[in-house]
Amino acid sequence: MRCAIAAPRLRRRQRWLQRLHESETGIGVKFPTLPALPSSPEADAALHRLQDTTLGSLTMYVVPETSSLLPQGVSVYVGKHRSALVRAGGSLAALQARLREVAQAMSFTASSIAAALSDRVPDGQLSPDARRTLKSSLGYEITFSLLNPDPKSHTVDWDIEGAVNRYVKPVLDKLSLVANFSVDSQILYYAVLGVTPRYDKESSSFLLSAHSLPHVINPVEARLGSSAASLYPVLNFLLYVPERSHSPLYIQDKDGAPVSTNAFHSPRWGGIMVYNVEAPASPQASLPLHVDVDMARVMEVFLAQLRLLFGLSQDEVPPEFLLEGPGNEGLADWELDHLLWAHTVENIATVSTTLTSLAQLLDKIGNIVIKDDVASEVYKAVASVQSAVTKLSLGHLHAAFQASKEAVTSSERAFFDPSLLHLLYFPDDQKFAIYIPLFLPMAVPILLSLAKIVRETRLRKKEPTKMD
Amino acid sequence: MLEAGRSRVALHRRQTLPSGKETRSGGEPGQSSSLMEKLRRGSHLGSGTVPTASSGTAEPCREPPKLGAHQGFPCSTSFKVVEGNSREPLNPPQTTRTGRDHPCGSFPTLLGAGGGTARLALPPRRLRARSGAGRAGPAVRAHRASPWHPRKRRHWRHGRKRKRRWAGRGGAGGGMAAAVLLLLLLVAARPGPGRADAGRERRDALREELLLSPLPTGDVAATFQFRTRWDADLQRGSVSHYRLFPKALGRLVAALGVRELHLALTQGFWRTRYWGQPPLQAPAGAELWVWFQPTVTDVDKAWKELSNILSGIFCASLNFIDSTNTVIPTASFKPLGLANGTDHHLLRYAVLPREVVCTENLTPWKKLLPCGSKAGLAVLLKAERLFHSSYHSQAVHIRPVCRDASCLAVSWELRQTLTVVFDFFSSGQGKKDWSLFKMFSRTLTDTCPLASQSKVYVDISPKNKEKELLEVSPPPTSVHEAIVQGDRKTYAVYDLLSPSLFNTSRSLNVQLKWKRPQDSSEMPIPTLHAQRYVGGYGLQTGEICTLIYNTHPYRAFPVILLETVPWYLRLYVHTLTIITKGKENKPSYIHYQPAQDRRRPHLLEMLIQLPANSVTKITIQFERALLKWTEYPPDPNHGFYVGSSVLSALVPSVTAMKDMDVEQSPLFTSLFPSSDGSSYFVRLYTEPLLVNLPTPDFSMPYNVICLTCTVVAVCYGSFYNLLTRTFHVEEPSRGGLAKRLANVIRKFRGVPPL
Repeated sequence: MRCAIAAPRLRRRQRWLQRLHESETGIGVKFPTLPALPSSPEADAALHRLQDTTLGSLTMYVVPETSSLLPQGVSVYVGKHRSALVRAGGSLAALQARLREVAQAMSFTASSIAAALSDRVPDGQLSPDARRTLKSSLGYEITFSLLNPDPKSHTVDWDIEGAVNRYVKPVLDKLSLVANFSVDSQILYYAVLGVTPRYDKESSSFLLSAHSLPHVINPVEARLGSSAASLYPVLNFLLYVPERSHSPLYIQDKDGAPVSTNAFHSPRWGGIMVYNVEAPASPQASLPLHVDVDMARVMEVFLAQLRLLFGLSQDEVPPEFLLEGPGNEGLADWELDHLLWAHTVENIATVSTTLTSLAQLLDKIGNIVIKDDVASEVYKAVASVQSAVTKLSLGHLHAAFQASKEAVTSSERAFFDPSLLHLLYFPDDQKFAIYIPLFLPMAVPILLSLAKIVRETRLRKKEPTKMD
Repeated sequence: MLEAGRSRVALHRRQTLPSGKETRSGGEPGQSSSLMEKLRRGSHLGSGTVPTASSGTAEPCREPPKLGAHQGFPCSTSFKVVEGNSREPLNPPQTTRTGRDHPCGSFPTLLGAGGGTARLALPPRRLRARSGAGRAGPAVRAHRASPWHPRKRRHWRHGRKRKRRWAGRGGAGGGMAAAVLLLLLLVAARPGPGRADAGRERRDALREELLLSPLPTGDVAATFQFRTRWDADLQRGSVSHYRLFPKALGRLVAALGVRELHLALTQGFWRTRYWGQPPLQAPAGAELWVWFQPTVTDVDKAWKELSNILSGIFCASLNFIDSTNTVIPTASFKPLGLANGTDHHLLRYAVLPREVVCTENLTPWKKLLPCGSKAGLAVLLKAERLFHSSYHSQAVHIRPVCRDASCLAVSWELRQTLTVVFDFFSSGQGKKDWSLFKMFSRTLTDTCPLASQSKVYVDISPKNKEKELLEVSPPPTSVHEAIVQGDRKTYAVYDLLSPSLFNTSRSLNVQLKWKRPQDSSEMPIPTLHAQRYVGGYGLQTGEICTLIYNTHPYRAFPVILLETVPWYLRLYVHTLTIITKGKENKPSYIHYQPAQDRRRPHLLEMLIQLPANSVTKITIQFERALLKWTEYPPDPNHGFYVGSSVLSALVPSVTAMKDMDVEQSPLFTSLFPSSDGSSYFVRLYTEPLLVNLPTPDFSMPYNVICLTCTVVAVCYGSFYNLLTRTFHVEEPSRGGLAKRLANVIRKFRGVPPL
């Protein structure tokens, strides 16, 4: 049911990706007056100038129930920016409930907050989707890798530079408010997947079933190389051109049907897409075969995966909502806010965990030395996190996010200070162990005399009964 | 799903231990505390003034290299220290689906491929990081404390965009497929593309080469060289799309402002006296020397970060490089690539002689090769054979070079070299015959399709002027004659890219047979070789003696000697004597930087003239210092290493050399630029020294504690007994055991008891 209703929305999504090629014309068009029968996107664009554009703000326009602004069957239209058109209907209470629903969908819902705190929620209470999104970090590194396991047969070229400029950069420019991003790419030769695909006679193709996908990544990851010069989490997007003896290669989902994009993603890690090279018409065609990768097709999948990894899936929006495509940036303004809300909450939770475990550690080791700079970092973290909480409650999203970032930085710096290492301090049990040669011989006469006392008292107790 | 979870966990564990050596030595208390000491000390690197005792000119050995067209390379100056945490375990992968023909439409929906059945139990991250992996904590951080701040460096270059062959995207999958098909047909219809990069402008190229040279003693040296050259300036603009050049190293060069990087990891010692001049020698252990760009403001910090990152990449203990083993040589190490001026304050040099090189270092080294160890010459790099050898040295050299003859643009060159010496005399029943299969237990079967040149050179130069003694099979594709290090050499060349080579047989197994046993008495002695040892007796003072031999019959030449001695050997400079042929030899240049305790080592650089056919003996006395008890390694009685001293010289050549085109000549001749035809550059390393320091008895404190505690406890026990025991008169009882026994016997005898 969800599929069927989501279809129009998804089709729209496809459109913005297509539009990325051509120069966008539909944005920023002025509307002196609203046309006679304006459509909702036009209304949204026209109303955009009136809106509050600060982060975290939302503007909702309530239109009459009979308005033709919204298509039939759609009660809420969410625009590209921070606005929504809501069809009035029923009682005021119903409208209020709907407005609340819209506000939640556009900022944060219980489930998005739960996903942000997923590491602190006990196991089994969350769907796997909640664990998919990346953890909040000050920066991310995005690495596109082209895996060519068979350079003897395929010479693969990809215009990654152009593709990054055209498709990825607008998204990351928008996301730059959330974190720093760096993008790089590499080509890896002779990098094979960890699973040998199964040959399917019917379709004369090779199949990779869903349950074998977890084993695909590990051997490849050894070749990807660590980000030695940075500490940020890495998002890997791999484009795999299967070797000639294993192509075409298709990925099967759990039901055995081929996945049409031929791609899958690994939560918090990145995505893999299999790019099949069509066999040459004549078998005599000389090797290596030259392949130019269609970057639009690839980037469509990778960007979708990127959105998923940032938790920007729109499945949780109620069905009667109509969402506008996010335009060139690949990300609507309110989606950015959505991300910021979640990250701010996650940052605050991270800080509290860090500071709590630091306090636990300090409690455990009584004589630990806390240097002044560590103490000041802790104070700073506490102050920042408090201000983040106040600003969050006031709705100052941007300021709250900045404060939470500062709090994370200072709390981590305090926590990972080399002077606060557990092992620098001599554990008390070992101190005791050293003095065992003293304590043990000293304990022997004491214990003996204790035993003697016990024996004597027992005798003394017995004696009176004997007397009787 | 369960297996998936497990495999991710294994991965996760691997990832949390980035520097292998750190964790390997875990569990030894002495080691860990000394590590901590080092970490703490690392924050204040010594950057004091350098007292220089200089007389004469500094730079006798090499011409200043040609100036490049580039005046200052931009490099990132903003670094941020951010503490990161390791990746959390993940859910199993999930399928993404965008299907155009799927009812869901085109936007990816998530399939619940990763059911929630086998999710991983996450221990609280903080506690785990602190207590469980607490040992690895600071080490990990120390090595990764240099994030590359991406925002400052993120540029979006609007480079050449390839014109698409279809206009717009039709959206319909069929049209798309048709376009791809059309494209493929077009490609397929083109006349044979031939080699991988034919007809297409590539900005990077790979050349690989194997040099096999029989050594005079009967051993065989195999030198692999892989050269990746990239016509891009790593430090200008935003080069972030890598093809053949490894991304890890490229990012490092770009982020830290490295101008030249030379890292060598060596196991064993190259015996110059018996094996002759090596194409590339390296000291035992790990050697790292780096030139930084003039734009780097804090060289010490960049050096620290660089060594930590490299230790992560190569799985070596390079993170133990700190101010106590880093020196700034003034004359010995000059840039090998393009350089604007040679301000030696941008140079750092360090040797870790204790470093053990093994498979764990070879694997990341092989991973940097574009073809890995899957094709080409790298197939032969089988770890179990490479480390079953007398000498193993692997190196990475990164330097900027001229892009073309006019030298208007800079290219970056990565050279990966690996030298290994096999001893066949002892293992081959006295026969010196060898083949590729006997050496590597593999043969060459195919070429790396990415290499533009792939050759095997076999040194078949006749040792004396008589007839040929040896025979190679299969017949080489060509014969190359060159003058290498003053000697006229003949090489049999096997060009793996020539189609005729693999036509006759499927694999190439180069074999060499000696026609008659070679008499080893007439071993050629290299013109320059050296020897070093520790003299003296007792545990207080000692003497470092270095013998430098010049066997050239009539030419004298100068040599630069670089001596790095750790601070715990206190050198007495007034005892420095240099004696040649019984007379004192006054060095024309001395640079001495005294050590500071726990801060920096001694550095002694001298320019010494070596007369023809002479032995020069250099001695200097030292006193052994007492260390603090935490500064001793876990095995203090093994001794302390003193790194090899370095000899750099322009050795006069017997035969005149011709100028060769660097791009055309074999790789093994082209790392050190030759200045003119009459001499060639040689860098030699002497033996590392092992010095015993006075070592305390580490169990002594515990023994003392045990002994005193026992005495105290015994005294305490008797006092306690005396004080607490109540004394009362014992009633005469039935007597002791003897009496009772006697009574029993008496009873049997019928005698009245006692």
